[in-house]
This record gives sequence, structure tokens and C-alpha cells, in this order.
Amino acid sequence: MPSPVSRDTVASAKPAQPIARPSRFARLRQSDLWYSFTHNKPAMIAAAVLLLVVLAAFSAPWIAPQDTYDPAQLSLWNSELPPIWMDEGQMPFLLGTDTQGRDMLSAILYGSRISILIGIASVILSLTVGLTAGLVAGYFGGITDNVLMRFGDILLSIPTILIAILVSALAMQALPPDLREVGAAAVLVLAIALSGWVQYARLVRAQTTVERGKEYVQAAQLLKVPARRIMVSHILPNTLTPIMVAATLNFGLAILTEATLSFLGIGMPPSQPSLGTLIRLGNQFLFSGIWWVVLFPVLQLCLIVVSVNVLGDWLRDALNPKLR
Amino acid sequence: MLVFILKRLFNAAMVMLAVAFLAFLIFRAAGDPVEIMANDQMSIEDKEALRDSLGLNDSFVTQYLRFVGNAARGDFGISYRNGQKVLGLIADRFPATMELVLVATILSLVIGIPLGVLTAIHRGRWHAEALQFVSIIGVSLPSFVVGILLILVFSVILGIAPAFGRGEVVDLGWWSTGLLTPSGRAALVLPAISLSLYQITLIMRLVRAEMMEVMRSDFVKFARARGVPRWRIQFRHALKNCLMPVITMTAMNVGALIAFALITETVFQWPGMGMLFIQAVTFLDIPVMAAYLCIISFIFVTLNTVVDIAYAVIDPRLRHATR
Repeated sequence: MPSPVSRDTVASAKPAQPIARPSRFARLRQSDLWYSFTHNKPAMIAAAVLLLVVLAAFSAPWIAPQDTYDPAQLSLWNSELPPIWMDEGQMPFLLGTDTQGRDMLSAILYGSRISILIGIASVILSLTVGLTAGLVAGYFGGITDNVLMRFGDILLSIPTILIAILVSALAMQALPPDLREVGAAAVLVLAIALSGWVQYARLVRAQTTVERGKEYVQAAQLLKVPARRIMVSHILPNTLTPIMVAATLNFGLAILTEATLSFLGIGMPPSQPSLGTLIRLGNQFLFSGIWWVVLFPVLQLCLIVVSVNVLGDWLRDALNPKLR
Repeated sequence: MLVFILKRLFNAAMVMLAVAFLAFLIFRAAGDPVEIMANDQMSIEDKEALRDSLGLNDSFVTQYLRFVGNAARGDFGISYRNGQKVLGLIADRFPATMELVLVATILSLVIGIPLGVLTAIHRGRWHAEALQFVSIIGVSLPSFVVGILLILVFSVILGIAPAFGRGEVVDLGWWSTGLLTPSGRAALVLPAISLSLYQITLIMRLVRAEMMEVMRSDFVKFARARGVPRWRIQFRHALKNCLMPVITMTAMNVGALIAFALITETVFQWPGMGMLFIQAVTFLDIPVMAAYLCIISFIFVTLNTVVDIAYAVIDPRLRHATR
């Protein structure tokens, strides 16, 4: 990620007199964005919650009471225990156990880690593809532009959830059976990113066609700066503001799509469950009274997505020049 | 004007051809259908005969053109799973999905528009801000989670609404409806709410944004200066000007709702097209998957094209804006 204040990148050309430049951290502290962040309670709470959830998820191997990937640690003696505050609850199963004797807290921590990783990976993949396609289409125009954007139009004319379902179902089928468990996460990232890049490409293309005609680009062209460099280090920084908002909101969306696919049974396998898989497994026992196996994964999923969306909403307002 | 309409129709046709190509690719990607359909007793000759009768020995282009030709006539072949005609299977399930989507759309308009107006005109008051925050949660909740929570509360804990199935249905010719029986209506309540929740929050936020903009405009100021009562300005003058984008978005989202209904249908075991599709995906029943993809995209593209053309008829400025 570049520094959050993209305007500064333009001004950071070397000044004639060497002046002591403030550090990145100091510049961040003085930025409008930081001011708006510290004066927006929902955004600060959401950021804190998200930070906590992410930290807990990634330190799962050290803080989780149970390693859910190790079947030897599961015991059917411990199955269907309710959460600790109910009468039959037992230590160390704070949030109870499922029918296999799997500790729900550990399963949720490991599951969140998978969900968050798939979300991040698919956003990075669709960002890479989308920014490249948008820059190339906007800078060169012509046939390249037409082909890329028509392809995007076609992708957008099919509901995204259908594309994700079809791609992951078919790719999972195409994998050899012994690779399906390992490859599931990669297939999901691909399926989600496949329709995600179009939005970035459109945003960047629109901005690039505007920037292409400006003097600084013409100057660089006259200096025979290679096209790739002009696109990446001159034009790209000026297109990033709307991209940041879209990427934040799409991160939440990617986690939701992954959860939906896993819930439908075409995502992560039960041996390495994501939050969606946990909800699907728990959903089968909805009527048998063990509500905790479905409610806690649901709450965790909502917590992550709501805080991402609150942050995205704030970012959109904070970066919108019309609302300044 | 005619040129514009023709261009739009041509665009739509191109998109549909591309979608058909995607659907056709699914056939190629999924491996040999004969191996999926064949049982152990079949000899190699039987398999070869089956392969020939399915036309799998022809060239790629011939197979694609035949696929498009058949699909245009509504012939999507027979299901790999039970040998029935795919179109018949989908036609059986079509009314269930459409009733669900229709009721969800009506719900989202009836609830979303008043809430949007309320949050716009009471901006800054605590209940409007609370609603606005709830709407963020509504956008964030995936629809299967909404469904599960509704079942948990209303079926498991309170026991007042059925959690699965469609109840009793009445056949009206080729359309089977659940709206005419009490059990059918009861079964529709939870799925419809769960499907419409996202749509409600979208409409609410759209109406709110539009209202806030319209309330700042000159004709509203003028109406206020003339002494028109406040409620009359809000609901007659301002709301009327907000409805156009709301109707557009609703029309365009019907396609997305039909697609998203597959999740709701899975949660509530609702016997619609979406459940058929998910079953087809788990069994790798390619003809059903391809047919579903084509039909959903057809509805999607048709709605978008109709809305585009309708907009151009209403607002001539748009005819030249789009290529």
C-alpha cells in the first residue's frame, strides 16, 4: 500500500534546497485523513475491533486452546458441550464444542484466519489485474481498450455470485482429488477475484484517460520516459483515491462471498473450515438445540464485515472532495 | 432514436452470445459427460452410441453453434442426473422463485422508501442516525446469515413460522402458486424477509441520499416560500423526484435478486430454480447449470436493456451520451 495521502506523492519530487522532510509517520499525523479518523467514533471503534480480530486470528496457533487441524486433539467425550457460562460448560471450552468435540473458540480463530487470508489475497489479486488492465486500457486506448472493457462488461452482465459459484465448482472438479483440500483456498481466491477486477479497471481507466492529456504526462513523454514507468509512477498515484475506498469495501465483500460459497458447500472443506464452512456445519444442527455451533461463527463473521464496511463508509466520506 | 435502440439491442445480443459461449465452455471444462452418465454395465459400443447421440463427436464450432441454436429455442438438452428435459425442470421451479422475488421486491419498496424519507427528513435526530447505522449492518449481513438468524428466532425459539418448504401450493395451469393457501403464505414470510433485507437497506440509503439533495433544490425552497405545508413538500414535491432512480434500481436489481435467491432457497429449502442449480452444481449436472446461467443472464440483460431504452425515451440527453 502507498502512503494513505496520495496527494503528497505528487509533491514529493526532490526540492531544490535539501530540506529536512518530516517522517512518514509525522506526515500521517498531520494529514486531513488522520484528523477525520480521530474525530469519527464509529470509524475508530471499527478499526479497533478489526485490529483485535485480525491479531487474534493470526495468533491462533499460540492462543487457541486446541489445534483444530490435528484430529488427535479432538475427543468425542467433549462433544456438544455448551459455552462456559451455562451449567454443563467445561474449561477450557469457552464457547462450547461441536458434535466432533471441536472447541468452537479455536475453530473460530482458525476459521477467521482462513477467511481473512482469502479476503486479502483476492483483493490483492483483483487489484493487480484491475490496475494493470485499467492503466493499459486508459493509456493506450484503441483496440486494447475496447477488448479489455468489453470483456469487463460481459463479466458484469452476469451476477457475480454465479461466476464465483461456477468457477469454484468447475476448478475444484478440474483439480486432482488429492490436491482439492490444499487447492481449495487458491480456487476460492481466483473465483472471487475473477469478477472483482472489473470495478478497479473501470475506475483507473476513467482517471487515466483524464491524466493522459495533462502536462506532466506530456513532459515525461518528451523526456522519453518508458510508457511503463509513466503509467506506474506518474499516473497511478493520481488514480488511487477512489481505488482505496473500493478496495476496502471489496475486502468485506470478498469475505462475504467466500463465506457464502463455503456455506453452499463449494468452498473450504470441513477439514480446514473457514467461517462459512463452520456456519454450514452448524446449520445442520439448528433444530437440535446446540445453537452455539452456529451462532458464534455467525457473530464473528458479522463483526468482521460490519467493521470493514464502517471503515469503508468513513473512508468514502473522508476522501470525497465534495463533502470537505 | 431508432439507431440508439438498435445499438442497445445489438449490444444485448452480443452479451448473450458471450454468455452462451461461457455456458458452452462449462460443458468442455467439466470432462466427459458420457463417463458421468454411464453405469458399470454399459459396453464401449453403448458409450460410443450415447456419445454420438449427444453430438459430442462434432467439431468445437459446430457444437457451439448447435448449442446456441438449441438454447434460443429453449432446448437445453436433458439432465445428466435424471434424464428429464432441462427446460421442463426449470419451468417447474420457475414460479416458486418468481413468487419469492416478487414478494421480496414489493416488501423492499414498501419498507425501504418510507424509511429512506424518514432518515432524510429527521437527519441528525437519534432515531434517524440509529436507522442509518442499522442499514450498514443490513448491508454487511450476508443473506444466508439473515436466513439462519430468522429461522433461529422465529422457528426454533418462538416456533411461529415454518422454516423450510413452500407449504401447500395451488396449480393454475402451468403456474403453481403458494399465495392462495394459508400454509403457502406462512412459508413465504421468512424467505421473503431474508431476501428483501439487503434490498430494503439499499433503497433506504438511495432514497435518503436523493431526498437530501432534492430538499436543497430551488423548487423546494420556492414551495416553502409559498407556504406549502412541510409534509406536503416532503411527500408530494420531493419524494416524486426521488422515485425515478429508485424504480430504475429496483428494476435492474430484480435480476440480481433472482440470482441471490439461490442462497435464500438453500437456507429455507425453498423448491425454486436456485436450489435446482445448487443441486446441479454438487452433482455436476452440466446442462442444468448451463441453462440456469443462460436464463438468469437473459433476464438480467433484458431488464438492463429495457431500462436503458426507457431512460432514453424519457430523457433525450442520454441518447448521445452513450455510444
